[in-house]
Amino acid sequence: MLRDITIGQYFPGKSIVHRVDPRLKLVLVIAMIVTLFLASGPISYALLALYIFSVIKISGIQPGMVVRGLKPVVFIVAFTAILNLFYTPGNELWGWGFLHITDQGIRVAILMVLRILLLIIGTSMLTYTTSPIELTDGLEMLLSPFKKIHLPVHELAMMMSIALRFIPTLIEETEKIIAAQKARGADFESGSLIQRARAMVPILVPLFISAFRRADELAIAMECRLYRGDVGRTRMKQMKFGRVDVLAGTVSVVLFAAIIVISRFGW
Amino acid sequence: MSEIIKTEALTYIYPSAEGEKKIALDGVDLSIARGEFVAVLGHNGSGKSTLASHFNGIRLPSGGAVYIDSMDTRDPERLYDIRKTCAMVFQNPDNQIVATVVEEDVAFALENLGIPPMEIRRRVDDALKAVGMYEFRRHAPHKLSGGQKQRVAIAGVIAMMPRCVVFDEPTAMLDPAGRREVMRVIRDLNSRLGITVVLITHHMDEAVQAQRVVVMHRGKVLMQGTPREIFTQVDALRAASLTVPQTIEVLFDLNNQLGSDLPIDALSVDECADILARYLRPDAAN
Repeated sequence: MLRDITIGQYFPGKSIVHRVDPRLKLVLVIAMIVTLFLASGPISYALLALYIFSVIKISGIQPGMVVRGLKPVVFIVAFTAILNLFYTPGNELWGWGFLHITDQGIRVAILMVLRILLLIIGTSMLTYTTSPIELTDGLEMLLSPFKKIHLPVHELAMMMSIALRFIPTLIEETEKIIAAQKARGADFESGSLIQRARAMVPILVPLFISAFRRADELAIAMECRLYRGDVGRTRMKQMKFGRVDVLAGTVSVVLFAAIIVISRFGW
Repeated sequence: MSEIIKTEALTYIYPSAEGEKKIALDGVDLSIARGEFVAVLGHNGSGKSTLASHFNGIRLPSGGAVYIDSMDTRDPERLYDIRKTCAMVFQNPDNQIVATVVEEDVAFALENLGIPPMEIRRRVDDALKAVGMYEFRRHAPHKLSGGQKQRVAIAGVIAMMPRCVVFDEPTAMLDPAGRREVMRVIRDLNSRLGITVVLITHHMDEAVQAQRVVVMHRGKVLMQGTPREIFTQVDALRAASLTVPQTIEVLFDLNNQLGSDLPIDALSVDECADILARYLRPDAAN
């Protein structure tokens, strides 16, 4: 059951989207988010949607996979849609008691839902097509100017990659503990919310103890392999900015700029 | 000087909350020569793992001294060089793999050393080939079997090109197939690459493969010698709560029950079978 989580997952591949430099991908995702929030009219949204769907197409990732990744946010999307539908002022089309639907409301609700969906699809495309190591390395290099103001950039990136490394290990462990507690007669499926929350305690306590033990052993193993932070470190894989990056970067930036411009006109 | 590890009257006392002290190591004098394959054998709580953790400065002696390639482990200035000389592989493979891709993990120590990228690439490939995991270089570690993970951990250590590797019960968490894989790699490191190997274990059949066996009991070196010398001292081993290899046990118990006078130094199943065959059919042999 814990293995179904797709957010943050990586699907290996060799497409152009996979090959683009992780630093560029990170920057483009941020640019995409900014554009998404500046976009105001249907045409600008349509263009952004087209952009994101072409990225999915080029990456060769199954659209079904992408849709499945949206499952956890269905509730938030529905909530936003209803709130915007009923509480946006404008020309009333339909009213009943304190509920009013306005023409503005329908427009805003549709655009908000589109905005959230595109936001989530767009950002998950980053993790779907970039390996965790590339992602943390890219982040570390992008943020490296902040080392000058003593921000522990390397340490943060290292922590992130260790967290990603241990997620599958800890999921496996959690499943083992659940099975072990079930074998001892623990019941996780029935009872009130509070009872079920209380039933989690015998899972969490062993999990935390083991996580601390693992952390301790890992720290010793890292020291034994000569880790001493960011002092005189090199990298096996060097990041190079290639033709693919120039192409992908130019196309994306020009498109984003165009969308922002036409949004000024309310299209 | 020829010895790579040397301990002098090494004592280690675990501090504990109640003020009572637990003596884990009690005056251990040991020296291990370059290129040797030494197994350290002992029951749980005999101090064998505590001893191992002194060999690259994870723990520092409470009394006495440890020298790695004539460097004193108490000298913090030399700690980095000590760890470069004498590397360590631990029991749980999951807790010593840092990266999410096999080859990235093997590169970890080399990246820490500041080695140029081209050189790292070459050494990572060599190390992975040496442990037979080259085809798995782009895999995620959590999808490998226990034996494969432990081989990746070994590759990560030998990529540093240490002169000595200490294995702290490397097979304790593995299934029989994984144990065989890892033992084959360990023997290979010693015989083919000439790396000094110290193997901490409580499996007799693993200790048999070493050139020298050191038996620890209650923080002291009980005895040491070649596997043949050690394992024929069945009574002494049993007194230290250790079992002997099954091949020797069979012959030893036969001698006791039948009053026979069989040689008991059979380290392999074949040797044991030969001795039994000769006993059962004295005319057929030779």
